[in-house]
Amino acid sequence: MANVNLLLLDETRALTVPASIGGAQVRIAPAALQDALGWELKPQGLCKDDLCVPAHGRNDLVTGDGIDLAGFAELLRRPLAIDVDERAACLGACAADRAAQMASLNAPDFTLLDWQGQPHSLSDYRGKKVLLVAYASW
Amino acid sequence: MTVALDQCVDDPRPYIEAAAPTHPSLIDSEHVVADLYDMVNVPTVVWIDERGRIVRPNDVAFGSDQFRDLTGIDSAPHLAALRAWVKENKIPFTPAEARQRQMLPTPEVQLARAEFTLAWHLHQAGKVDAAERHFVRAGELAPFDFTIRRGSMPIRGLDPMGAPFAEMYGEWIQAGRPYYVPLKAES
Repeated sequence: MANVNLLLLDETRALTVPASIGGAQVRIAPAALQDALGWELKPQGLCKDDLCVPAHGRNDLVTGDGIDLAGFAELLRRPLAIDVDERAACLGACAADRAAQMASLNAPDFTLLDWQGQPHSLSDYRGKKVLLVAYASW
Repeated sequence: MTVALDQCVDDPRPYIEAAAPTHPSLIDSEHVVADLYDMVNVPTVVWIDERGRIVRPNDVAFGSDQFRDLTGIDSAPHLAALRAWVKENKIPFTPAEARQRQMLPTPEVQLARAEFTLAWHLHQAGKVDAAERHFVRAGELAPFDFTIRRGSMPIRGLDPMGAPFAEMYGEWIQAGRPYYVPLKAES
């Protein structure tokens, strides 16, 4: 496998992560994965904060070259878009997590720049009614 | 609070300048809000109360009747309901009714969004051919998500008002116009 710098998009957050590529496989060393995404490989599985996802039965998840990115994504039920040739991948948000958030009726917070470059968060407007309108020039 | 699902501020700028908004007018080139709120087309409106609760989920609503002939959607009912909410605190739906009216994201749509995000970053890095492959893949995974399929057209140098869109629009009509039905029961 070849050692490369992988552009890893954690949803829209862009990271550069050392990785190994061979064929269609992308593997990341456990320490690098923990640095980048906060998930630690422990005997009981992949763990982050208070949550652990068991990894038994996945014998090929970890090898000497690292953790298989596709296997990791599958365990977390997150979609993975990969371009091996371009050394780039995007780990998207899990549909079930998004659905649970929407069903909670708690409006997800976000921070974006306005047209003049100033940041605004939805949470800045707590205490006011907000009409959120998405539009586009297309 | 308006959010432009445009690739950069320059695309919506003429409209924003003409509107001279006093409200926050945000630019969402990476479709962060579209993803968080599972928006599939524009315009999409969401009502959020003082505690950050969604009281009226994603809906199609217009501020005027400028496109009424094209869409068949009258602007008056939503505007009346909006005024009643703002001035009289009239809540449009119970939480259960609001949940019933939510369309929730699927794994396919989420993969389409990941492909779109990857494509966008590849395009920003000048990898236009690779970006194109992933924009196409995103469109295959979510063929009726206008934010993905139509939203990628300006980035890819395709005309969102022209032939590529006409093709998508035809498929969408054939499929029975999914997603584009206004929420029922303005009480």
